[in-house]
Amino acid sequence: MTTAAPDTSTERGVAVHLQDLTRTYGATRALDGLDLSIEPGELVALLGPSGCGKTTALRILAGLDVATSGQVLVGGRDLTRVPANKRDMGMVFQAYSLFPHLTVADNVAFGLRLRRTSTSARRARALEMLELVGLGQHASRYAAELSGGQQQRVALARALAIEPSVLLLDEPLSALDAKVRVQLRDEIRRIQLEVGTTTLFVTHDQEEALAVADRVGVMNAGRLEQIAPPVDLYERPATPFVAEFVGLHNKVAATVSGGTATVLGASVPVIDGSITSGAGVAMVRPESVSVSASPTGTASVVSVGFLGPISRVHVQTEAGDALMAQLPSALAVGLAPQDRVDVSIAGTPVLVVAG
Amino acid sequence: MSLPARIGRGIALTLFAIYFALPLLSMLDFSTRAKGGAEGRTGEAWANLFQDEDLRNAIIMSLLLALFTAVAMVVLLVPTMIWVRLRVPGATRVIEFLCLLPLTIPAIVIVVGIANVYSWVTYLLGDSALTLTFAYVVLVLPYAYRSIDTALSAIDVRTLAEAARSLGAGWTRVIVTVVLPNIAQGVLGAAFVAVALVLGEYVFASLLHFDTLPVEIALLGKSDASTSVAASLASLVFVSVLLIGLSFLHRNRRSSS
Amino acid sequence: MSSTHASGGRRLAAAAPALGLVPFLLFIGIFLVVPTVTVVATSFQGADGGLTLDNIRALGSEAALTTLWHSIILAGSTAIIGGALGALLAWLVVSAGPTSRLRRVTLAVSGVLAQFGGVPLAFAFIATLGFSGVLTEALRSWPGVDIWGGGWLFGLKGLIVVYCYFQIPLMVLVFVPALDGLRVQWREAAVNLGASRWQYWRHVAVPLLTPAFLGSVLLLFANAFAAYATAAVLVSQGNPITPLLIRSALTSEVLLGQANLGFALALEMIVVVAVVMTLYALLLRRTSRWMR
Repeated sequence: MTTAAPDTSTERGVAVHLQDLTRTYGATRALDGLDLSIEPGELVALLGPSGCGKTTALRILAGLDVATSGQVLVGGRDLTRVPANKRDMGMVFQAYSLFPHLTVADNVAFGLRLRRTSTSARRARALEMLELVGLGQHASRYAAELSGGQQQRVALARALAIEPSVLLLDEPLSALDAKVRVQLRDEIRRIQLEVGTTTLFVTHDQEEALAVADRVGVMNAGRLEQIAPPVDLYERPATPFVAEFVGLHNKVAATVSGGTATVLGASVPVIDGSITSGAGVAMVRPESVSVSASPTGTASVVSVGFLGPISRVHVQTEAGDALMAQLPSALAVGLAPQDRVDVSIAGTPVLVVAG
Repeated sequence: MSLPARIGRGIALTLFAIYFALPLLSMLDFSTRAKGGAEGRTGEAWANLFQDEDLRNAIIMSLLLALFTAVAMVVLLVPTMIWVRLRVPGATRVIEFLCLLPLTIPAIVIVVGIANVYSWVTYLLGDSALTLTFAYVVLVLPYAYRSIDTALSAIDVRTLAEAARSLGAGWTRVIVTVVLPNIAQGVLGAAFVAVALVLGEYVFASLLHFDTLPVEIALLGKSDASTSVAASLASLVFVSVLLIGLSFLHRNRRSSS
Repeated sequence: MSSTHASGGRRLAAAAPALGLVPFLLFIGIFLVVPTVTVVATSFQGADGGLTLDNIRALGSEAALTTLWHSIILAGSTAIIGGALGALLAWLVVSAGPTSRLRRVTLAVSGVLAQFGGVPLAFAFIATLGFSGVLTEALRSWPGVDIWGGGWLFGLKGLIVVYCYFQIPLMVLVFVPALDGLRVQWREAAVNLGASRWQYWRHVAVPLLTPAFLGSVLLLFANAFAAYATAAVLVSQGNPITPLLIRSALTSEVLLGQANLGFALALEMIVVVAVVMTLYALLLRRTSRWMR
């Protein structure tokens, strides 16, 4: 730890408010009245399919794009008309954003050079930031000599070197290998907690969003569908879109009455946003479904996919529902296509929507 | 973009347009001017392109040379380049170096040194301007190489060849019926460039004393500038059509791949 | 897998594919390598065929040196003017957007004009700026300015003006890809870190483009230095540049008292181009650490 390491100052973060942001490109509406608030020091992930407007929102916050209407407030200041180079935000791009003609250290010091910080001070700051991302020994290399993961670490160090009011991460991991991706995403979270900067993280990968964020906002067609802590979002999806996007979901016929749903013969509590009575479709997560071999079972196995610690079993019920169950591989051993199985559902609350 | 920036752009682009268009328009004007300071227009200079016998012969000679060069280049270069990819990958660098060498050795230098070689060529093959084909193949080599190399890089020659060989094709068959059709556009592009270069080539022809179109145009310039200018413009337009056609060829390839 | 008796045959078989390259190598040998070697060797031969340094010494004569100097001035000035104006035009074109009509037209026209050296180019300028050229006559009648100026078009100054006509388009062709290589992310990252438009150019774009710019200028230099046809048609008196001096050496029996001076001059050209190419290679090596 260097002496200048930031103390646990979450108070260093500032609040961010995006108010009623709309952005149209000709006839397309990239953003359609987006409202989003980020608490000081909080890490919010914006999650959604490509074209949902999440990157547009981030770029408007950065000042790289201009909202057609709406406001950007950071720390109580209206930044809507402030040009990007006066906003003091650190941004990490998808890939290849390092200046190729500068060494790693000069890249990190770039923002300080623009701020006329003394050579020695910015050198020290650059090294400190590189230590923070674990690349202190690579200071004199060029971007072309680093791996993709290392480049993104440098980009993060560069963004943090200017002590930005807000840290913006635009799909920073999407160009990396799966293994590096997981490693770096955990590291981003560690560093963000350490420096306490308010952070907006844009991604299309739900696992990534759930793993790093304090709260996850799911976007669809230029609007926020739901924003909630990862666990809430996962367990209590507010809309079918969120339910489907956040986890693979089975759609099973269900009937609701008096706050409980009957799904595959079992009674299960329903969550807010469900229909209150009548027939509908329940969104059931694969890990809530379990199957067991039984000669008198009411369903048959279609296929078994082995994924290491877990397996996914596709079954077809006699009623005609196609279901996917996700269970520990130990429990799936011995299941083969055509086997008769019993299907049961765990008692976790489900979302039931009108069929 | 701000208004001053827009105006600045507009002015700069206009100046460039004038600079590039002026000589071309001047050629058109100059070559259709009435003789002897009289007012009015005449197509005399343009008619000369077909009537002047020396000029006509030179045009035919240049077109023949262009054709011969393109064919000889394809025959020499294409099998060699395919062969290098298929069987002698170790020679890639050497072949590339040799092909690009004419870019760094000025043509006039080659002319100086080639006199001895050409005394043998004319001794063996006769004193025809068509013998220039040999020198011209060297001249177009760098451009042709690049065009064909790009086409070859776009396909997996090795796998194609292995697939064909496993089905029982011999090497000749592999090259002619399997690889060649797949690089046809690159080869055609190389041929276009070869034609364009040969039609404008002056160094070899004039110093080795062969009457090609550029040599004839230069010669005519001393007595009849209007006809020279008309012929210059005509050859420029012809080459433009070739090269612009070539750029369309490239665009089609990109959109189809 | 007994191989002892077959190894000789196998070695032959391994060499066999290389035989396929023989026609090509033979051709290149005869029509490119032999002439080049001839130039080098003959530079050191006297009229009697004996070894001598007289030809090389003759390159040091005032006439030969002046001509070389003119050649370098011509190639250098048109490389710099063509490089600067070409880079400007390339930037105007690139900033108009990747699918703009301006870009398509300019690139297509540049592709033609960059090849437009030689005889037709000389006549294009004779038709424009010659004694009875279109522009000359137009300005003579109004506002009464004489741009003919005693025939400067047919000397070194004229060559500079004329060469720019193919140097600028060539620069556009080689520099547009370099400008295209500037990633949007670099500008956005710089702006994001607080750079103004000017600071972005000063700290990012210009340093990034400098190697490509210098490389292109060197290419333009070599291009103009080697050009012959336009000058051969345009220049009527004297031999202001090296290629024209070579022509006289080839066509008149003895020049500056040296039989093989033409070969020595050709060698001189090879050396100059080699120096330029070496500079280019050094430039590449300096930047190769960060260039892809």
